[in-house]
Amino acid sequence: MPGVHHVITGEDVKKVLPEPYYGPAFHDQPILALDKVRHFGEPVAVVLATDPHIAETAAQRIVVDYEELPAVFDEVEALTSDVIVHEELKPAGTFADLKHLAGKRDTNIALDYHLRHGDADKAFADAEHVFEHTFRTQQTMHTPFEPMVALADVRNDHATVYSSTQGPSFVRFELARLLGWPESNVRIKTAHLGGGFGAKVYVKVEALAMALSLIAHRPVRVALTMEEQFYTITKHPSTFRIQSAVDKDGKVIGRKCEVWWNGGAYADIGPRVTQKSGFTAAGPYDIDNVAIDSYALYTNRPPAGALRGFGIPQLVWAYESHTDIIARELGIDPIAFRKQNILRNGRPQAVGTIVKDGEFEAVLDGVAERMNWNRPFDKGSGTKLRGRGVGLGFKASISPTTSSAIVSVNADGSCIVYCSTVDMGQESDTAMAQIASEVLDIPIEKIRVVNPDTDVTPYDMSTLGSRSTFHMGHAVRLAAGDARDKLHAMAEEVGMPEGSNAPLPELFIRKFGMRAGAIVGSANYIPEFSPPNYDTGQSTNATPFWMIGATGAEVEVDTETGQLTILRLVNVCDIGTPINPIVVETQISGAAVMQLGFTLTENMVIENGQLTNPSLADYKIPGFFDMPDTMENGYIDAVQENGPFGAKGAGESGTFGVSPAIANAIDDAVGVRISEMPITAEAVFRALREKQGKPLEEN
Amino acid sequence: MGGQKKTIGFTLNGRRVAADIGVHQNLTEVLQEEFGLFGARESCGQGLCGCCTVLVNGIAVTSCLSLAAFADGADITTIEGIADGETLSAEQDAFIETGALQCGYCTPGFILMTKQLLDENPDPDDDAIMHYLSGNLCRCGAYPEILKAVKLAAQKRKAG
Repeated sequence: MPGVHHVITGEDVKKVLPEPYYGPAFHDQPILALDKVRHFGEPVAVVLATDPHIAETAAQRIVVDYEELPAVFDEVEALTSDVIVHEELKPAGTFADLKHLAGKRDTNIALDYHLRHGDADKAFADAEHVFEHTFRTQQTMHTPFEPMVALADVRNDHATVYSSTQGPSFVRFELARLLGWPESNVRIKTAHLGGGFGAKVYVKVEALAMALSLIAHRPVRVALTMEEQFYTITKHPSTFRIQSAVDKDGKVIGRKCEVWWNGGAYADIGPRVTQKSGFTAAGPYDIDNVAIDSYALYTNRPPAGALRGFGIPQLVWAYESHTDIIARELGIDPIAFRKQNILRNGRPQAVGTIVKDGEFEAVLDGVAERMNWNRPFDKGSGTKLRGRGVGLGFKASISPTTSSAIVSVNADGSCIVYCSTVDMGQESDTAMAQIASEVLDIPIEKIRVVNPDTDVTPYDMSTLGSRSTFHMGHAVRLAAGDARDKLHAMAEEVGMPEGSNAPLPELFIRKFGMRAGAIVGSANYIPEFSPPNYDTGQSTNATPFWMIGATGAEVEVDTETGQLTILRLVNVCDIGTPINPIVVETQISGAAVMQLGFTLTENMVIENGQLTNPSLADYKIPGFFDMPDTMENGYIDAVQENGPFGAKGAGESGTFGVSPAIANAIDDAVGVRISEMPITAEAVFRALREKQGKPLEEN
Repeated sequence: MGGQKKTIGFTLNGRRVAADIGVHQNLTEVLQEEFGLFGARESCGQGLCGCCTVLVNGIAVTSCLSLAAFADGADITTIEGIADGETLSAEQDAFIETGALQCGYCTPGFILMTKQLLDENPDPDDDAIMHYLSGNLCRCGAYPEILKAVKLAAQKRKAG
């Protein structure tokens, strides 16, 4: 076909890159499918053409012969299924705790994480009440509005990739590894992203663009459509069986958690989700005896990775629904029951780390106050019944991770911050400029934060997990401090009196005789950390900070249709001391709105092994009319002592409590319990009919 | 494709322009490739998100679903054309002042729809705003701030 340059398959990629597998936890994902296609939508061939329309038409003429193989889609089935997604497990070696899996065969378990705190079996034997419930979440997708895109230009032993990545340093590392080149021969450039939410972390389309450019000997641009994003990365579906042992006074004395994470066909960062989220699965409560088993499983779905909360919203959905059921069955007010069991500073979390600067109770109180929890509540009447509920969740920071920064003060007194944190709407550029401004006493208008470019901006682990304000904030603070110290030394050298407030340009002129020179400060930041014991999961220092978020919901249920109206949504978080209060509030608000979509409408529907709704036409994200009638967002007065200017991460905390708060409010309104997301009108109506003893037929 | 070409002429942000386009090309592509205007951008590709909104003869359209060939002779305004030199429009100012954007990818579409709304109805209430903007989606969920921005823009236009 005229205009078509190449048609490329996995075998062609193998000729230029003999081991064309990538991934942060496992080297399991081929750049193009080799031998076996593991999920629907997996790329098997590429057409390179001068024009995307030609490429699209040509791609439609490719005929692929598939030999149909049995598949497994459910995470619980995957644990025992005869269908094995990967013949052999190939840990990347990046994570020390995965090395024991190398070469393991005939299993779909990419990671098993176990935590033992106290003696859960004894607690259950001693308990007055025992509760057991199972909750499930569905597969969803980030749908960043700027679909993933990468332009690669590989020539003369040098690769330059322009990419919509959240993690330029990791992409450089991984492409350099695939090419067998030093990292200095690989350059990743990015700019402001049109949303990310975790979709654009680690390698997405960059390895493909790089391989294609290597083959074609010219620049290649790979730009996904919205549909193709659904096949690229998703949020883990999950199943969570949770059991509690409660004594006669309503104290939770033991909790057992079994969590199965549906990681899809390629592990991506799923094993990290399994472990890092896993250790908080028992909830923000002070429970002496906890047992957690958390499994990352391969299935034949599109890969699942990080999505705004790294698995936490799935866990909070289960443990806060469960906690609410217990309170109701024991006849205790849901807030009072939570407060009776809540985790407090100075007490060990189940992982064995003593909680510090974690204001769980204040966050819960903040929601209760805004909802006037102790005042009478209008429960509605007739076919419109009202209820209210809360949910409280928390998250540990991904640890230990490193951020590096360079701060350069120019001779005219302006300043440039070089860091690889990617601004995708969370206003990290603003936060970094504010921090440099504060340390150097340079007005913010004179500070520029450079777009990430791995030839220019130093290493950063990635922009994910609400880690940037804390980690990169510290790196920028320290680098600015380094520059400030050098400026002080220079002032002393040129004979300015100590504490002189002479303008910076004058200082440079005194030193260099004209407007010349630059003062450069730099720093690496890595927090303290103790790795967990493999058998018990225990660590004395599992995280540098805790993120805490709670939501209160007031809902109205139409008992004739199951239709749900969110009358009010209150979101309160502990984000330490905000660097920028307005940005923090909009992050909390935006996170809650996003979680509202995952709670009520968003669902990747799979039938006969195919995704039926990979488009915004059939996959419903929140619009104006999905907003709660009223929404309030806030944060409590708090200080993160080890954080930069008392701050900690804020990008995900608003998601935590939303889903269970709504399910708990529905239970309060009409006495039915929804245990699987999304909470559609149909699900509520089915539950109502079930309760009336008139169940509807299954589809 | 390699296929049929057509030369079209139209007014783009107040300036007469011409372009040789493929007859299959949509307006978003032509604005980006021929004129370097990236304010209208394709996201869903189905006319559902509003990220590709432009004004054609004063009417907001989803440019990813509009064949560029039909722009022949039209008067087209994009987000790049609504400021008066260095002076931003009331809608642009209002979105900035209220922080009604996060990643900003959807923002040009929202601003152009807001402009059209306020042209038709200078004093819309919340319901009218939500209804009018319900064809635009924001994945960052900045809807509460966008509502404030539209109201502020209405005030600014009255004052201005």
